[in-house]
Amino acid sequence: MITLEYYLILAAALFCIGLFGAVAKKNAVAVLMSIELMLNSVNINLVAFNRFLAPSQLVGHVFAIFVIVVAAAEVAVGLAIVISIYRDRFSTEVDNLDWLKW
Amino acid sequence: MMPTIVFGVLSVIIIGFALAMVLSKNLVHSAIFMAATFVGVAGIYLTLSAGFLAAVQILIYVGAISILMVFGVMLTRRGDISASNLFNKRIISGVVVSAALFIILGRLILTSEWFPSSFSVPESTVGPIADLMMNAYVIPFETAALILLAAMVGAIILAKGARRTR
Repeated sequence: MITLEYYLILAAALFCIGLFGAVAKKNAVAVLMSIELMLNSVNINLVAFNRFLAPSQLVGHVFAIFVIVVAAAEVAVGLAIVISIYRDRFSTEVDNLDWLKW
Repeated sequence: MMPTIVFGVLSVIIIGFALAMVLSKNLVHSAIFMAATFVGVAGIYLTLSAGFLAAVQILIYVGAISILMVFGVMLTRRGDISASNLFNKRIISGVVVSAALFIILGRLILTSEWFPSSFSVPESTVGPIADLMMNAYVIPFETAALILLAAMVGAIILAKGARRTR
């Protein structure tokens, strides 16, 4: 019998893999991909909570849809920023993007 | 028995492809592994009887966001593609932080007490979701439309390069 805990553990594992990628990757596009993984694991959590704790209300599904909307907006703007920086600096390594500091 | 096998296979697919995505040195391979991970997540939605969300996941994540990522890779490529996705010098701390967070989360999940509901899932989820979106959550729905519009305009301006005013 698959219970809520299995889904939460799966989502936690996916979130931690995404966090590792977001911290340890050089390329800004790879960091954006890892952030997408983390948002996906949050969606799994929302849908699993909805399914097991309040299956008749479907509020978790609506929340997951809004998360997907924000994720799509985030990835579009993020990639546009990466492309804009690349045109300026010819690099997408996050360690080189250090001119926004005091 | 059957749901257990399906969940196990989907978990292996998701975790395996996510790890492959993070560990791959080739950015194009990473994008493909990411798309495979998203397909696995859509399968997880199906096991949670969220058919509409599974379709949305396939359409938006696998169809749109993965393609957008491939565009991002292709437009910013420089040098050798087989070494385009390397780790930086924070790999050790990244492993430590992620593993510690996973242990903490796992412990919290396993020691918490959940109260599963005895209600059953509605036959079709599309109608109730539409009802919620158009009645109770109509303001967030419109705000989401505004966010998408603003993000689209902003992405176009950022990627095209704003004209300098003198």
